Amino acid sequence: MLMQRLLLSDRGGMVVLGIIAVATLLIPILNLAVPPDSPFYVSNYMVALLGKFLCFALLALSVDLIWGYAGILSLGHGAFFALGGYAMGMHLMRQIGDRGVYGHPELMDFMVVMNWESLPWYWQGFDMFWFAMLMVLLVPGLLALVFGFLAFRSRVTGVYFAIITQALTYALMLAFFRNEMGFGGNNGLNDFKEILGFSISAKGTRVGLFVTSAVMLILAYMACRYIVTSRMGRVILSIRDAESRTRFSGYKVESYKLWLFVFSSMLAAIAGALYVPQVGIINPGEFSPLNSIEMVIWVAAGGRGTLFGAIVGAFSVNYAKTFFTSWSPEAWLFILGGLFVLVTLLLPNGLVGLFNRFRRKLKHELPEEEEKADDESELKSGGNQ
Amino acid sequence: MSFIRQAREFGYRAIPKRDPNFGANLDTSHGPVLYVEGITVSFDGFKALNDLNLYVDDGELRCIIGPNGAGKTTMMDVITGKTKPDAGTVYFGQQIDLLSLSEHQIARGGIGRKFQKPTVFEPLSVYENLELAIAGDKRVWSTLLKDLTGEQRDRIDEVLHQIGLPKHRHQLAGALSHGQKQWLEIGMLLMQSPRVLLVDEPVAGMTGEEVEHTAQLLTSLEGKHSVIVVEHDMAFVRSIARKVTVLHQGSVLAEGTMDQVQNNPKVVEVYLGE
Repeated sequence: MLMQRLLLSDRGGMVVLGIIAVATLLIPILNLAVPPDSPFYVSNYMVALLGKFLCFALLALSVDLIWGYAGILSLGHGAFFALGGYAMGMHLMRQIGDRGVYGHPELMDFMVVMNWESLPWYWQGFDMFWFAMLMVLLVPGLLALVFGFLAFRSRVTGVYFAIITQALTYALMLAFFRNEMGFGGNNGLNDFKEILGFSISAKGTRVGLFVTSAVMLILAYMACRYIVTSRMGRVILSIRDAESRTRFSGYKVESYKLWLFVFSSMLAAIAGALYVPQVGIINPGEFSPLNSIEMVIWVAAGGRGTLFGAIVGAFSVNYAKTFFTSWSPEAWLFILGGLFVLVTLLLPNGLVGLFNRFRRKLKHELPEEEEKADDESELKSGGNQ
Repeated sequence: MSFIRQAREFGYRAIPKRDPNFGANLDTSHGPVLYVEGITVSFDGFKALNDLNLYVDDGELRCIIGPNGAGKTTMMDVITGKTKPDAGTVYFGQQIDLLSLSEHQIARGGIGRKFQKPTVFEPLSVYENLELAIAGDKRVWSTLLKDLTGEQRDRIDEVLHQIGLPKHRHQLAGALSHGQKQWLEIGMLLMQSPRVLLVDEPVAGMTGEEVEHTAQLLTSLEGKHSVIVVEHDMAFVRSIARKVTVLHQGSVLAEGTMDQVQNNPKVVEVYLGE
């Protein structure tokens, strides 16, 4: 019954999840058990790259949940991603112990450089993995709670909400750039040695992180499906399409928005926490407003309001980015901008919408019922900005 | 603060304001279900409502007419909590001060509102639209975790028949005709089990047959709910109205049966007499 609700009614999602599940099973084998000269060998670089993309897909999912379904355009989701990343980074830093350049048993290298005597209070506890993981969820969640409470209570919506979320992430970026904040300033946190006792650069650890990211993505997808197929999901759609009607139907719109915003921020934070050990660094650049805009483009390109479209978008845009930046780094921003214009004008439902249109053209005579279901899903994914 | 004032005025009979469904055990022992007294609303100096007084009896079907800008929609905004007036009081029953409540509280408490432009949730089916509007626990966690009870499903079926859309149960609301959307929206109000329904221009843009159907629907509600209809269509008002209130420049110009009102010289001057 529950499976039926979460998966069977969601063919696109099943396909995407299926591909991820197969890749999660195959890639570790092809990386670890196949000799490097075999044509089936998957390189370490590829594992790291796909692991990163999985984190981005999780991040895109969180953006789609709030933007595609509730119509709340957050241009500050990078802030939650980065905060989750910093919480993980702090744990990894504490794990370095006395193996830093200056060999201090407790203080980070950058603290030694600044002549700090002892560990600041907010670094306490991060040596424990469970505490760090709790903070990964709590810190961004709390920020989203306070920020969302104030914004939604004052009925800040649309472009104004987008702008203040941009300001939020920008302000955090400036703050984290400051050395006195105690988060490593410009350089951020890096030089990690190990995670849960495993060397961070070991092949097995990389694969482990890759698999963890994939599993988290699948779990998060199920959770999001659960939300959007529940009665709450329909309330959220109604808020997107007719906010005052929803209010006059007796729903406290602010609570729904706030709940979803906090949940979404936590998903973004989990993505950040998985991202940091895989790339080996977190610095204030992750708070950059540009990043937050980029993730919205992933979702738009994939097809918003479908959940799996966000995953497709995150993978395809990031793959294109990897390809184009190695070809010509300066051109990427122009391509990204062009892509956004293109998608907005020609592909309002993103790649998913394009695929649906193609399929309908191919099978011109769909059975009536199926056609109706398609129209329905398209209408559901539509909605106004 | 307002609780103290209320307690003083009503001698500590105030029921707990936190009961979300306060409309169910409303004190209407003096007759009216809605007391609108001395309401003034101004926008940048323009008085949209000017010392408006209106009393609506329990179970009554009341029509409100008036020229454009008479304040009809603003009055609905005040009753439903969308606009806070500069002066005056609005009481639901004898004890519930509506001005101290927010939109969703008023809606949960038993005052439903239909908008001028039909507003249904287009990407959802007719059934899901009614499901959304259903009276019950509307807090986040309960909508996330709980399904509807059998009783609630029966209620949806009942309303589907009442508004004449049982065949359209699984159709998307966006695909309904204009008239059907209006009925669906009225159905959504009924799902809230309201004491009072505020219906803004229900027959605008409808065909003759649809108007007739709407008139039947609204008159069938009389007695069970108080219904306040704002409408321009005089023939329609004549066909359903028992009592008509004429608004002009933000206050009540006349009140009575359609015939009384139509023969009132003041009304003829400002509204009916062209």
